Amino acid sequence: MAEKFDAIVVGAGPAGNAAAYTMAKAGLSVLQLERGETPGTKNVQGAILYADALERIIPDFRDDAPLERHVIEQRMWVLDEKSFIGTNYRSEAFNSDQPNRYTILRAPFDKWFSGKVKAAGGLVICETTVTELIQEGKKVIGVRTDREGGDIYADVVILADGVNSLLAKKAGFHGELEAKNVALAVKEIHFLPEEVVQSRFNIKGNEGVVIEIAGAVTHGMVGTAFLYTNKESITLGIGCLLSDFKKAGIAPYTLLEELKAHPAIAPLIEGGEMKEYAAHLIPEGGYKAVPTLYGEGWMIAGDSAGLVNAVHREGSNLAMTSGRLAAETVIALKEMKLPCTAPHLARYKAALDDSFVMKDLRKYKELPDILHGNPHFFSVYPRLLNRAAHTMLMVDGQDKHSKEKTIRGSFVEQRSLWGLVGDAYRMWRATR
Amino acid sequence: MHIVVCIKQVPDSAQIRVHPVTNTIMRQGVPAIINPFDVFAIEEALRLKDRFGGRITVLTMGPPQAEDALRKAIAYGADDVILLTDRAFAGADTLATSFALAQTIRKIAEEHPVDLVFTGKQTIDGDTAQVGPGIAKRLGLQLLTYVSAIDSLDLEERSITVQRRSEGGVQVIRTRLPALITMLEGSNQIRFAGMDDMFRSARFEVPKWNKERAGIEDVSKIGLKGSPTVVSKIFTPRPRAVRAQMIGADLDASGTANAVLDTLSSQHLRLAQELGLITA
Repeated sequence: MAEKFDAIVVGAGPAGNAAAYTMAKAGLSVLQLERGETPGTKNVQGAILYADALERIIPDFRDDAPLERHVIEQRMWVLDEKSFIGTNYRSEAFNSDQPNRYTILRAPFDKWFSGKVKAAGGLVICETTVTELIQEGKKVIGVRTDREGGDIYADVVILADGVNSLLAKKAGFHGELEAKNVALAVKEIHFLPEEVVQSRFNIKGNEGVVIEIAGAVTHGMVGTAFLYTNKESITLGIGCLLSDFKKAGIAPYTLLEELKAHPAIAPLIEGGEMKEYAAHLIPEGGYKAVPTLYGEGWMIAGDSAGLVNAVHREGSNLAMTSGRLAAETVIALKEMKLPCTAPHLARYKAALDDSFVMKDLRKYKELPDILHGNPHFFSVYPRLLNRAAHTMLMVDGQDKHSKEKTIRGSFVEQRSLWGLVGDAYRMWRATR
Repeated sequence: MHIVVCIKQVPDSAQIRVHPVTNTIMRQGVPAIINPFDVFAIEEALRLKDRFGGRITVLTMGPPQAEDALRKAIAYGADDVILLTDRAFAGADTLATSFALAQTIRKIAEEHPVDLVFTGKQTIDGDTAQVGPGIAKRLGLQLLTYVSAIDSLDLEERSITVQRRSEGGVQVIRTRLPALITMLEGSNQIRFAGMDDMFRSARFEVPKWNKERAGIEDVSKIGLKGSPTVVSKIFTPRPRAVRAQMIGADLDASGTANAVLDTLSSQHLRLAQELGLITA
């Protein structure tokens, strides 16, 4: 006999776990299906955990969640071939009882999160792929899995199957993911003794440092790199838009190799043993690329809904928040004894619009288009900034006034006066 | 027919990390799997059940998280599972482990007499291949190691015929029940569980037995106390510096064969004698 649940959640990443946990805790019968061997085995992220989004789901998560380091310092580096110019922000205030950001390793973290779903009463079944949604006309009434006797029914299905949601595509909820709206990121984890990590980054205990990197290392492609400190390892990665990779004909691993060899990065990972590498797609189309978020008997959350703030490198917090809001929508409808029809599930979209998720995406809605049309943001400016710093810092008998003039001249020569004004205006418009 | 399958949860050696400084194995974050050889044991037991009916109990000794391995066994189709878990078992070597498992199987047999016990040929973390034989010896079971196929099983006659891989060939062995079989890799392919079994597995309450429940009174025979094995040294074997040698590559087939035999005879006298190439 086919099983029936209040809700089925497809996928056990941040969005799926948030949704399944929230509904299970409210007493709903929840089935969560995950294709990986255990939750986390197929999931890839940088990874930074933003505490706030998780706190709203599991307030005391700090008690037992596998966290690596809490971030007390953020560096932003703009690289030229052999140099970088950057800023640091470090504060003791980040050493509070309730730190705001952590580095995490997703395999243990997702396993922990899934354990919470099970403890709350959710039924989690792994190694099972949902092959399609079962629809009755337009209404989603369940899912079909790759196992024998694999049809399972539910009042509502929450899709959290990750970037490039094949299920939503197959059901016709959205089209093919466009190469210009998705970044391809590759990363490696290098193991180093805890003391080495601490001394290299001037940190103690579980303090952590993150470095966000842009510039020459992306070969002018729209993209950035990162370096995160974990307890006994360093995560290093780089990602650029898929369309740019295609145009440039450069393989992602080449960029990663170059990043690792850069004189600013190489000493930080020296002696480390590379023990893990991963690649992942990140939906970076922003606000304009967000598909329909709900319909008859279904909602979509997290990466599968393209909810990623590429500018601030936030994704998992948007995922968890959207998963929670989708779950709360179902809980509210159940309480009111209302069916999960599209008009009722519209509450989910309204809740998202009202949250930071959509507000932030809307703020940067023009940015993807502007970056596409202006690749010099990733090529010309990093070089100019580095050369300006170099010129100012070289004590070579030339007076400072002339140096400033040289620097100004180099900017105007590369971008022209109107180009500079236009770039400033475009950036202001894109981020206001 | 009642079959007990003994399995072990092991770290996935394909994903294991060695700490670059201390050279110890870092288990943290390494996924735990059912010992791959044990998976062949589970499937072979399931196939016997498909043909002859009966009952399969899967048993493991390990920490609480070994429950995941047993849950998987339920998904494959085991009727029951038992997690033998007790702090007193910690630090067990193969002697203490086979004692604890044998004792537990005795206890299991009180309710459902056991006809066959299956294990994998060895584990991928210890690689000793001692626990299976240890259980057989303690329980007085017929021991069939390195089994690649089961040819026949006669429940009336209480006999079983198997193919056993041995050096240089295959032995066909017939013996009586009850017997213990250690399965070779590649002998079968584990089934893909249906959705019903996945649900049963997800909802299954895994029974946990401590030493009392397993009827173990003599604590000097279990855990660290019952383990005479001492690890005196761990080292990475150095790759041998001996290089491959090209022998008679420029000759014709028979010339090459003769050149190879000449080289063998000159370097391995005993082998040459056994092959009758030279006389002693």
